[in-house]
Amino acid sequence: MIQIKELSYCYENKEGGKKVLDGVSLSIAPAEVFGLLGPSGAGKTTLIKLITGQLKVKDGQIRLMGKDSKELTGQDFCRVGIMMEQLGVYERLSCYDNLKLFAMLSGMKGSFVSERVKDALRKVSLEEASGTLAMNLSKGMRSRLLLARAILNSPEVLFLDEPTSGLDPKTAGEIHNFIMEEKEKGTVIFLTTHNMAEAEALCDNVALLNDGKIVEYGEPREMCLRYNHQKKIVLHLTDGACVELEHSAMAGEAIAGYFREGKVKAIHSGEPDLETVFMELTGRRFE
Amino acid sequence: MSHYGAILWKQWKDIFRNKTILIQFVMFPVLTVIMENAVKLEGMPEHFFACLFGVMYLGMAPFTSVAAVISEEKEKRTLRALLMANVKPAEYLCGITTVIWIICLLGSVVIAVAGDFEGAALGRFIGIMAVGVTLSCLMGAVVGTMSRNQMEATSVTVPVMMVFSFLPMLAMFNEGIEKIAKFTYTGQIHRMLGNLNAEPATAEWISAEPVLVIAGNMILAVVLFAVFYRRTGLE
Repeated sequence: MIQIKELSYCYENKEGGKKVLDGVSLSIAPAEVFGLLGPSGAGKTTLIKLITGQLKVKDGQIRLMGKDSKELTGQDFCRVGIMMEQLGVYERLSCYDNLKLFAMLSGMKGSFVSERVKDALRKVSLEEASGTLAMNLSKGMRSRLLLARAILNSPEVLFLDEPTSGLDPKTAGEIHNFIMEEKEKGTVIFLTTHNMAEAEALCDNVALLNDGKIVEYGEPREMCLRYNHQKKIVLHLTDGACVELEHSAMAGEAIAGYFREGKVKAIHSGEPDLETVFMELTGRRFE
Repeated sequence: MSHYGAILWKQWKDIFRNKTILIQFVMFPVLTVIMENAVKLEGMPEHFFACLFGVMYLGMAPFTSVAAVISEEKEKRTLRALLMANVKPAEYLCGITTVIWIICLLGSVVIAVAGDFEGAALGRFIGIMAVGVTLSCLMGAVVGTMSRNQMEATSVTVPVMMVFSFLPMLAMFNEGIEKIAKFTYTGQIHRMLGNLNAEPATAEWISAEPVLVIAGNMILAVVLFAVFYRRTGLE
């Protein structure tokens, strides 16, 4: 559905230019939830802007829905949904009117407009704020409005740029549920985030982006196992103690002993999370 | 609904909640009503305030409104969202200017009626105002296109608007300024509106000079728009 080959991008400035993406290659299959992870300034939003035609591709190639990015027309982009904080909403229009405008622009007519708008508002749990002006929405509600706008015309590809950034856990959870529903419908979801837990829970594949380069790519679970160098097992015991064991035959016997004595409260395999993997690869933390 | 229709609908809904713009549409018609009724001085030309405020209105309201709407949409990135929804720049510009044009024409009717214009003179007044409002909308589109945000737009619209709106008034007191004002569309429109009183109503209200000056201003605005649009587009 999305193929990117050797994509580089440089923002022009007075000093000459700042390279934001450097030789990025990716492939995203139909019905895949793909996560692009990286710290702020890594180039995540720039990559979305290039794929969605907001920036012109100068070096490299992008194919979206079978077409080269340079051949994509406005009609093609109507099959794409984009949720980005940078794409604003009309502050003086209500949530309903904000969505109605884009429903009309996508060619919907008559009562279908109202149906689709109400459906989109329901999906993001904003029905009760339907008549609220966008200027009076909280950050979470605004994010949900942007999400509703992105899904209004049932896109084949959905780009979500930091969809849960700065949101409370409840709202973030609702957005996660929504993403899983869309995935089940077969929508390709391109997600950027710096929330590791979110990526692990939602994504089929992730790419770790650092200073414009992809430093690792793969299935989140498999990636964590690949970097499980310490191979430790952590036991939390009923008396509050915590025991770390190396992978070995002796560890197996020790674990069996704790279980026989009924002392095991929890057992963890101790492999690194994505953030630890990123730190190992780049020496940087996700901020 | 067409994209143009959708933009029209959006702008119509939005503009009546935008107090900063709305006040400009109302201010001069209200001032005209008050002044035409409250101030009657001997020797004062007929329709004095209607002509004066009419020109100030067309030099100010459509120009600043169009520039403000475009620059606000650029700043808040709603324009980007519209363009990504396959809205063509021409559809967008026509959609927003149509609404502002209609409102300004309604304001012009109020000014004309307050100034006691009747019959053919009323029609001519509205016709002249329509031409001026169109040109001001185009100039507003130039400023909106060249500005990245509202702050930039305001820093350009204020001096330009002051020149075009106040030049016709200042020209009444100074011959030197009058020589400059006659090269501006507002200066010519002010003269045309003043000549609408001609008794009997003759073709004197219109002549080659105002037509040429207004056409020249229009061409200049179109060229400026083309230059800035080619340079930055509506990004």
